[in-house]
Amino acid sequence: MKQIIVVGNGMVGYKFCEKFVANAESKDFKITVFGEEPRPAYDRVHLSEFFENQDAEALEMAPRSWYEENGIELVTSERVVDISRGKKTITTVSDRVFSYDYLVLATGSAPFVPPIKGVEKKGVFVYRTIEDLEGMLAYAAEIKAEKPSARAAVLGGGLLGLEAGKAVKDMGLEPHIVEFANKLMPRQLDLRSSQVLQLKLESIGLNIHLSKATNQILGDDRITGMEFGEDDVLDVDMLVISAGIRPRDELGKTCGLEMGVRGGIVVDNKMQTSDPNIYAIGEIALYNQMIYGLVAPGYDMAEVAVNQIIGNTEKLMPADIDMSTKLKLIGVDVASFGEPFMPPSKGHSIIFENKTQYLYKRINVSLDGKSLLGGILVGDASDYSMLHQIYLNGMAIPEDPAQLILPATEGGGAFGDVMDLPDEAQICSCESVTKGQICGVIESGEAKDLGDVVSCTKAGTGCGGCKPMVKDLTDATLKSLGIEVKDTICEHFELGRQELYDIIKIKGYRTFNEVIDNHGTGCGCELCKPLVASLMATIHADTANKEYAIQDSNDRFLANIQRNGTYSVVPRVPGGEITPDKLIALGQIAKKYDLYTKVTGGVRIDLFGATLKQLPLIWKELISHGFESGHAYGKSLRTVKTCVGSTWCRYGMDESVSFGIELENRYRGIRAPHKIKGGVSGCIRECAEARGKDFGLIAVDGGWNLYVGGNGGATPRHAELLAEQIDNETVIKYLDRYLMFYMRTAKPLQRTAAWQERLEGGMDYLKEVIIDDKLGIAEDLENEMETLVNKFECEWTQAVNDPEMMKRFNHFVNSEDEDDNLVFVPMREQKMPEPWN
Amino acid sequence: MELVLDKYATTKVEDVKVWFKAASVNDFPQDGGACVKYKDKQIAVFNFAKMDKWYACQNVCPHKMEMVLSRGMIGDDKGIPKVACPLHKKTFSLENGENLNGDMDAIATYPVKIEGENVYIGFSE
Repeated sequence: MKQIIVVGNGMVGYKFCEKFVANAESKDFKITVFGEEPRPAYDRVHLSEFFENQDAEALEMAPRSWYEENGIELVTSERVVDISRGKKTITTVSDRVFSYDYLVLATGSAPFVPPIKGVEKKGVFVYRTIEDLEGMLAYAAEIKAEKPSARAAVLGGGLLGLEAGKAVKDMGLEPHIVEFANKLMPRQLDLRSSQVLQLKLESIGLNIHLSKATNQILGDDRITGMEFGEDDVLDVDMLVISAGIRPRDELGKTCGLEMGVRGGIVVDNKMQTSDPNIYAIGEIALYNQMIYGLVAPGYDMAEVAVNQIIGNTEKLMPADIDMSTKLKLIGVDVASFGEPFMPPSKGHSIIFENKTQYLYKRINVSLDGKSLLGGILVGDASDYSMLHQIYLNGMAIPEDPAQLILPATEGGGAFGDVMDLPDEAQICSCESVTKGQICGVIESGEAKDLGDVVSCTKAGTGCGGCKPMVKDLTDATLKSLGIEVKDTICEHFELGRQELYDIIKIKGYRTFNEVIDNHGTGCGCELCKPLVASLMATIHADTANKEYAIQDSNDRFLANIQRNGTYSVVPRVPGGEITPDKLIALGQIAKKYDLYTKVTGGVRIDLFGATLKQLPLIWKELISHGFESGHAYGKSLRTVKTCVGSTWCRYGMDESVSFGIELENRYRGIRAPHKIKGGVSGCIRECAEARGKDFGLIAVDGGWNLYVGGNGGATPRHAELLAEQIDNETVIKYLDRYLMFYMRTAKPLQRTAAWQERLEGGMDYLKEVIIDDKLGIAEDLENEMETLVNKFECEWTQAVNDPEMMKRFNHFVNSEDEDDNLVFVPMREQKMPEPWN
Repeated sequence: MELVLDKYATTKVEDVKVWFKAASVNDFPQDGGACVKYKDKQIAVFNFAKMDKWYACQNVCPHKMEMVLSRGMIGDDKGIPKVACPLHKKTFSLENGENLNGDMDAIATYPVKIEGENVYIGFSE
């Protein structure tokens, strides 16, 4: 059996192992992998997500057990320090010696720390490993405790630097980005697109300093500032260096492999180094005189090395490597592909720029106008996949190439169908999966749905950017085979949401068991139970108390479960209007039960930290002060945000507060496919941000403008205009129709924005249904909404008045004790749950 | 944190030394769960009426170590009875504690018996 040693267990080292064991010939080899970090390989590309959940496991490429199952020996926390090419052995830092037949170097790179005076001071970090992040978190907490307005700078305005900027911002530090060049992301963006990106980043609170060379880092033992010129100083309490990478090539140097002048181990197109038994892949490999700092070429290199070692010597690294990238940086789309900076001698550029919306699009077209050479997208990269495909496959472009980037007009965009792509079009560049492979596994019957396609081909398992295209291709291929593409709910029902809705409505079912016994299989699960509960609520206007065991946790306990299993209570404050007496009552209740208190982003006051047992006690007090607890959970109406409108405002055109309250009270009991928020602004200054809501009203001369389908969640959307200058009565009529139409036809967990986007016929069709009553269902919809509105009952009052229901709110059924596992820690004069490990 | 988990170990019927009388069958919702205190342990007990069975397991979810499993929704995964944690929807088999949608360690399960109106949970210590 031949022995392979892989040095380095990063993303590329892991990919080598994965591709190797997937090969039938791999049984003739034994693989040993060395990693110097304490944990198995993880997804460094998504490192900044660690800040959101601090869940290192979620970033893992594969758990430790995966290595065992595949017969790979994984040695972590052990650095390889020497290679003896003569004896074909390696030596580790603890003086252990291992011999190899093939050696694969995948040691990657280390952050480059420029030789600035004072760089060794406390509070200076690099951004590369989970341990780096943990160090930053701990230090940030320390300085923030001393100084709540602490600042952090990031040295380097490249890709990683901007990610680091978001990270320090999320830690609650004032973020500053310091870049040596005169633009951000100098390797990917031109000056104009950098300026657009800068405006956007500044609008979300990042401070950008360009053309700054750092002379020294100030402070005694810990950093207090950065000095650029004599009188040019930036006071900061922490610094993260993200000034590029340097290959970790010291092993290559000491054992005499051929090296590049500026570092990196030289490889040929077989990924072989100057020693034929040693391969180098990823960010230490110098190929074409280049170090490729992207994960996709690293994965390709791993694939070539695997093939070469098992004897498939025809598999070579291509001469041209696609350096296109698309990312979501701090919520901003940024993409560049092909040749982003093209000299005028090679072609023409077409540029679309809209600074008010932080949009920039540039495409570079050949002189004959026939092919696409490259481009840059900032602010909206939804066209990236298609543009990238056109570029990669040399596809023909429209006579007027501007159509490729101009906003879609009536009749749709300039793009064709995904099915028009050639079979060799690469859809997933991380895993090198072509359109032909995706369609192939479906046509051969190997894959029956999207999940199968992903597990058969691994498409979409890298950065995930290609997922929408993979889904479109899967659906289109299934359709072309005459297979109905069905969105079923889960293994228990072969039905969609709409079909279940109709069945429950027609048969009048009242319990989950009636539905599953007659139309499903098994016992149900956490997907179908809450869905059926929601449909029954929509149809019969029952509260969640009726059959509480099929409700999701929050609906079952009528409050939001939070990080440590305690709950938050969010009293409804319709339209955000509240009397001083009620404000005082809220404060007193919060104080009595020692609750953490916060004003939310949507005209409410959050009360956190209530135990199960305290919930009914708190509700009772709230109810006695005229409150009702609010739906801050569940798929229901949350709030209708209002500005102060003509009640007090000197610009107000109409009474936004009164109308907001009326609407919030009207729809407060409804259950929907997703949560819904509304907004009412008294004038076009839009202080209630109504266009960022599922429905929004703006008072104009002559009535209200009604907008629908805003918010969009992870994919933010502005609401679109449904009707202009209508009166209160018409607003309610249209909203009843709109909401009911959405509740009846959207998929589970589909927001209004996504529902509207996929509505065939688009906004025009929606207007025909809602305003012109094209389908003749307007009256039905209105009546149905009226029934729901009339049947509203306060479910918290229901719960506290019924001793049987009250049983739900004891932590134990056999003891009055509270959960003894709860730990709170102090924070800014209030409390919070102890952080998770 | 591991200390929390150390208290819980799967117990088989043949190893039961103590049948602890926990509560009345009426204290548990149909097709739902509630938490029982036994010494310093928190045990989630489920009345799986649809299958006409009762199950018990540790109340602590091994993902984030919070005492919440009794508040999770129950159901089945291809016929295997399971509970979904209310915090992040990690699901566990109620038969043998196996994590059905991930690779976390199995949770501890305990035998349950019903005599008359009463629910008993079996412990080996």
